[in-house]
Amino acid sequence: MAEAPSTAGSSAAGGEPGVLRTLALAFAVCGVCAALLTASVVVLRPYQVANQKQEQERRIRALVERLPGMEELAASGALALELGVIELASGEPAPEVDPEPLQGGEIDPRDSDPLPPERDAAGIERRPRHAAVYRLRQDGRLHTVILPVSGRGYLSMMRGWLAVAGDGNTVRGITFTRHEETPGLGAEIENPDWQALWADKQIRDEAGTVRIRVVQEPAPEDAPEAAYEVAGISGATKTSEGVSALVRFWTGPDGFGPYLERLRREAAAGEAARPGGSE
Amino acid sequence: MKGDLRTLSRPLVDDNPITLQILGICSALAVTRRMDTALMMGLSVVAVTACSNLAISAIRRQIPRSIRLIVQITIIATLVTVVDQLLKAFAWEISKQLSIFVGLIITNCIVLGRGDGFAMGHGVRASFLDGLGNGLGYALVLGLVAAVRELLGSGSLLGVPVLTPVDAGGWYEPAALFLLPPSAFFLIGGLVWAVRSWKREQVEAPETRVAAEPAEAR
Repeated sequence: MAEAPSTAGSSAAGGEPGVLRTLALAFAVCGVCAALLTASVVVLRPYQVANQKQEQERRIRALVERLPGMEELAASGALALELGVIELASGEPAPEVDPEPLQGGEIDPRDSDPLPPERDAAGIERRPRHAAVYRLRQDGRLHTVILPVSGRGYLSMMRGWLAVAGDGNTVRGITFTRHEETPGLGAEIENPDWQALWADKQIRDEAGTVRIRVVQEPAPEDAPEAAYEVAGISGATKTSEGVSALVRFWTGPDGFGPYLERLRREAAAGEAARPGGSE
Repeated sequence: MKGDLRTLSRPLVDDNPITLQILGICSALAVTRRMDTALMMGLSVVAVTACSNLAISAIRRQIPRSIRLIVQITIIATLVTVVDQLLKAFAWEISKQLSIFVGLIITNCIVLGRGDGFAMGHGVRASFLDGLGNGLGYALVLGLVAAVRELLGSGSLLGVPVLTPVDAGGWYEPAALFLLPPSAFFLIGGLVWAVRSWKREQVEAPETRVAAEPAEAR
């Protein structure tokens, strides 16, 4: 073990090896490294998924706690959060589908259909048939639904949750659980101050057209558009556009549009008749 | 075994990669706001330098000179990715704070420097100890800088309040400067000065003089 210190690499005995030996060594090193990487990813995946799920639950709780008027609700104990599956195309509940596998945010190829590019504003490529949503009830009435949303940002696929009031049209809040946007710029989508801009924005207008969007220069507060527009993050135009497309896609006809429309009808009917029972 | 001990301890002070060779500075600035992230980063670098030195030394006679840097970087990148995966599995919170800086260990000059400069010319045992020592030397400086920054910037050590800040009802007004990256620069600079005042032999001869000789003299 007591070799004299020498300049780098000069210890290789017998001069430079031939091309074949060089190639053989390169492939051998790559093979060993690839095996090591594969093994570590496969073995560690379950732990990482468990961490991500925990984090996701924490974020949903944080999102719920930040919703306006939520402290009193939580304190009164009249708050119940339940997980359910809905069929996207019809907007109807699908109680026969297990929500567990839908929660990871991955799109299952067996439970999704390819999206043609012209309809794929969010860049998700496949449209799931079912989605797991959280429903928050207050005294039996549907207070808020929390919908999983995803879409392409500037650098990464962004995943998060959009909270919509029981009327199916008023945004209560938004949060992102997974993304790899530029720290300090696009990653500001995690900033609670920016997320707070979403509260009380309207998704559709009277005619039912999706109007909500992110703009770099929002209309003045008294303009009619102000109810639909959220100010983008300066320096992160692409990320802001991604968030805009994502929200518009998921509240539109290919996303949760039918479900939100059903909530709106039920809320209008419930308003007239009984205080309880949607679904 | 005295030589082994020497290989291990030399990089701690006498040949410290940060204070003497001024390597690995960017991560030292980025992750030293709090001690827990700094120590986890230090631990990751220790694991990577030790294992990469070991692996490079083990196959040093087989590595052709023409592709030696590629082979070394492949080994290092693999180890860093494994460490990153381990952190994401078992130290989720800290791994989120370290974010890209774990991946950037690949570009930390200390790792490749020791691999190419030492492990290519030394035995497996000495290389492993050298990697361990250099990683520890890096971790030591990171830990020291982070201790000062966390104590003065947040009034705590490893998250435990030591100086109770004013907004928590105490008397200590946290020095916000220590939460910002430049403070790590100042601290490392101070540390370099302190070590070189203590160990005069580390002081380098000036590379340039103001009254230079004519250009053709070079």
